[in-house]
Amino acid sequence: MALFDKPAHVLHDMLAKKEISATELTKDVLGRIDAVEGDVQAYITRTPDEALAQAKAVDEKLAKGESVSFLEGIPGAIKDNICTKGVRTTCASKILDNFVPPYDATVMTKVNEQHPVLLGKTNLDEFAMGGSTENSAFHPTHNPWNLDCVPGGSSGGSAAAVAAGTAIWALGSDTGGSIRQPASFCGVVGLKPTYGRVSRYGLVAYGSSLDQIGPLTRDVTDAAHILNIISGHDDMDSTSSAAEVPDFTQALRQDVKGLKIGLPKEYFTEGMDPDVEKAVRAAIEQFRAMGAEIVDISLPHTKYAISAYYIIAPAEAATNLERYDGVSYGERVDGEDLVQMMTNTRTELFGEEVKRRIMIGNYALSAGYYDAYYLKALKVRTLVQKDYFDAFENVDVIMAPTAPTPAYEIGAMAGDPLQMYLQDVCTVPLNLAGLPGLSVPCGKSSKGMPIGLQIIGKPLDEATILRAAYTYEQSQSYHMEMPELGGKH
Amino acid sequence: MKVTKDDLENVAVLSRLSIPADQQETYIQQMDSILTYMDNLAEVDTADVKPTTYALPMQNVFREDVVKPSLDRDLALSNAPLKEDNYFKVPKVLED
Amino acid sequence: MKYEAVIGLEIHCELKTKTKIFCGCATGFGADQNTHVCPVCLGLPGSMPSVNKSVVEFAIKAGLATNCEINQYSKFDRKNYYYPDLPKNWQTSQYDLPICKNGWVDIDVDGEKRRIRLTRIHMEEDAGKLVHSGTTIKDSATSNVDYNRTGVPLLEIVSEPDLRSSDEARAYMEKIKAIMEYIDVSNCRMEEGNLRADVNVSLRPVGSEQLGTRTEMKNINSFKGLVDAIDYEIERQTEVLEDGGHVIQETRTWDPARGITLSMRSKENAHDYRYMPEPDLPPIVTSDETIEKYRKELPELPDARRARLEKDYGLSSYDAGIITSSRAEAEYFDAVVATGADAKLAANWIMGDLAKNLNEAELDISKSPVEAERLGKMIQLISKGTISSKIAKKVFAEMWACPDDPEKIVKDKGLVQITDVSAIEGVVDEVIANNPKAVEEYKGGKKKAIGALVGQVMKATKGKANPQMVNQLLAKKLQ
Repeated sequence: MALFDKPAHVLHDMLAKKEISATELTKDVLGRIDAVEGDVQAYITRTPDEALAQAKAVDEKLAKGESVSFLEGIPGAIKDNICTKGVRTTCASKILDNFVPPYDATVMTKVNEQHPVLLGKTNLDEFAMGGSTENSAFHPTHNPWNLDCVPGGSSGGSAAAVAAGTAIWALGSDTGGSIRQPASFCGVVGLKPTYGRVSRYGLVAYGSSLDQIGPLTRDVTDAAHILNIISGHDDMDSTSSAAEVPDFTQALRQDVKGLKIGLPKEYFTEGMDPDVEKAVRAAIEQFRAMGAEIVDISLPHTKYAISAYYIIAPAEAATNLERYDGVSYGERVDGEDLVQMMTNTRTELFGEEVKRRIMIGNYALSAGYYDAYYLKALKVRTLVQKDYFDAFENVDVIMAPTAPTPAYEIGAMAGDPLQMYLQDVCTVPLNLAGLPGLSVPCGKSSKGMPIGLQIIGKPLDEATILRAAYTYEQSQSYHMEMPELGGKH
Repeated sequence: MKVTKDDLENVAVLSRLSIPADQQETYIQQMDSILTYMDNLAEVDTADVKPTTYALPMQNVFREDVVKPSLDRDLALSNAPLKEDNYFKVPKVLED
Repeated sequence: MKYEAVIGLEIHCELKTKTKIFCGCATGFGADQNTHVCPVCLGLPGSMPSVNKSVVEFAIKAGLATNCEINQYSKFDRKNYYYPDLPKNWQTSQYDLPICKNGWVDIDVDGEKRRIRLTRIHMEEDAGKLVHSGTTIKDSATSNVDYNRTGVPLLEIVSEPDLRSSDEARAYMEKIKAIMEYIDVSNCRMEEGNLRADVNVSLRPVGSEQLGTRTEMKNINSFKGLVDAIDYEIERQTEVLEDGGHVIQETRTWDPARGITLSMRSKENAHDYRYMPEPDLPPIVTSDETIEKYRKELPELPDARRARLEKDYGLSSYDAGIITSSRAEAEYFDAVVATGADAKLAANWIMGDLAKNLNEAELDISKSPVEAERLGKMIQLISKGTISSKIAKKVFAEMWACPDDPEKIVKDKGLVQITDVSAIEGVVDEVIANNPKAVEEYKGGKKKAIGALVGQVMKATKGKANPQMVNQLLAKKLQ
């Protein structure tokens, strides 16, 4: 019996009932990695020996009859922009090729309290800048549903690993859709919590006012459990929310009767793939059939969100990435003097997309352009946020496609950064507004590629979107499907 | 073109990046098309709109003035590209 | 043409918190290199700042003590520039919404009072320290970086260009130092760099309202350096203008060894700081209640204390000004007076022998070997007539060297003043008999000659005779 194709909550129950051991489970997933990782390439750094040692320790606990926490003994993977003490953390950049953090991100401290099995660090677009995982300095990751296609990004390694069964669960980060969009492309569940719900301490910053860590999982149940584990205020992150964290598993019930769902017309226009529209509309109809009320709404500033986002995120990134200068950590490329050393280091070790965003950010922040670009973008951000808050006066959740298209072929967007940015139209507005959003599989394209439904909630109301997603998930079977890979499944 | 060669050079200096001559045109074109697209922001009336810096409202998050252990020095220096006598070592500093 | 100097100061004042501004590392001076560092102050990927509550409290108190308005909505910003002592390559500082603004302090120079306006006070982090392999930065092939000081909290106190001379600049900086000491937010140890100033100097024709082109001198960390640098720069700019030239706007460095300022040839576009609100730190919103609470906690400030010393003890304005120029000195004075000692004598001794000894030993008054209590007792011995002022100098020197009480010193060394008329009379008779020449001169109308005779009597009594009595007896006997 294969184990790698099961969600964490099922495996947790099997472990608790001693039907399987953690070692057995870990070996099964490691076997799957051996079989398909060569094709998928979801990982940058793998830690199989540590994983087996962790599994063994869990089995010893189990033998003593101790109770097991949710992630105990369950193999998972961590996006490589989350600091892991003693385990290389590269952000998929040459500039951090050799960086070994001397500390754990707060999410890692929380996750480690559960004694999971950690398989390694997953691939991403360099410093999380991109939507395809092609911008990794090491290698692209391939979509398990079609190896010629991208897995989405920037958490493409985490999404692909969960989809391929080379991890049972994974953590990702989402600055403009980097959890939701790869979840959509890979047919898994991806949850971006409310800004501040999960501590960012130890998440290598891209856009600090936009970044948020969240789970990528096989199903909605696992997402709720992991959100329980990683949420909560952290003294080390001053922007983490002090709000009480509810038990999100309480939201795992089939109940959308009377739920008011807003459909923003601006998310269903120009450039949307017909397969995506069809699948998303079908899912909406399914909600209606289950008793939800569908309301047409308008979020009029949506079309400016891309512009605002692609000024604010690069501006924050331009300063956040100033620290990579070859002085006290990371790689260094020598130069005659300090300025030359810094310039050589950054020029040779940052990838093209990172350099482009740094320059756009510095352009928007520089004297003469600050008001027209950066300040203007911050004001438009206010309006984008207000659109949502106005809409939430009348609806409980908002639904839309996660991405305007299914996964595209590797290389299809190369050389046209603007075209690439425009793909983020459905996801970046939430980050500007700080709202929670979840992508749940809702169908397949004519070419068999997964499509995701995005469910957007009010601030700190992850419970309602989890409930809606769970109810929908139970009504169909997309989450049960696994891609055919390596002839093993 | 919105973005001139001077702009590119200025921004490269601010970014501590050096753009080789044969790539300058590509950078200028890509930045130009991106920034031109962003000019749609000018359509939005923001006369009475306050800028949003923080995703959600929060204020006065403070830490008590209590000493916490620092990093072990070997660990602090463990990622240094070059070190000397427990210092981080850098090449010649020219004032600017 | 007569020129007038226009001077403004940006004073960086290190706060005396236990921990750094954005992390829990200790702030102590003189620790081994790179031992007070953590992921936050090293700027490691993923680390985030969190604001030390005491820094905000100290900043607000500094603002209240300098008559500032408190910005009730304030925030931190990133000031971007590349330097290896700045791990993130930005300094977390404050830009358009500093915690305090629009204040003032009064200064006194040669009896003339002037009000100097403060533009703002903001909070920021200090940078690390570069240690150069050569003797100067220019001849060093490599440099080493110590991040212990990175993130130590600073206040930047910015004045309007209201100062007109180096003396005023000095008086202003002394006043700021005194206030920061009084409200106990900084150790103000200049030798440790706790207080340093960037100075802007420009000249304009007397009577003109327009500002001339200014130059800036950075990181001046002594009062002498401040005065010398300003005087030099005024002279230099005067010469430039008188030769028909133009002052160039630039940063100059003060070389204390050579006593000159030198151009640093700054590149202009290197200083586009691209200020950006710090998204990792929520804004600081200060309520009226908090402001009033801090205001109530402020101690008596230098100006009020000075006025009190003048009023309660009849000290001169000058003496009261000196005594209250540092909190430690003012407290020492109060402690001396509290023993029952005469206040004017106390002031004289503090500003005289004590100051001289402390200066020579390079000691702060708080570390004076002669404690306030002993000095107070000694002054009472003078007032009671037990010792003369002259003998007191000997007693003071003994007290400086040993921990004995002045009474014990006086007794052990037999320094009690001789006030017995018959005992003094005997010596006086003897001196008159042995100095016929001086006696002759005195009687011949050269009244000054009595001084030599008094001296002989004092010498014979080892200084213990009461000088007034000696004078009176001599005058009587020589009539």
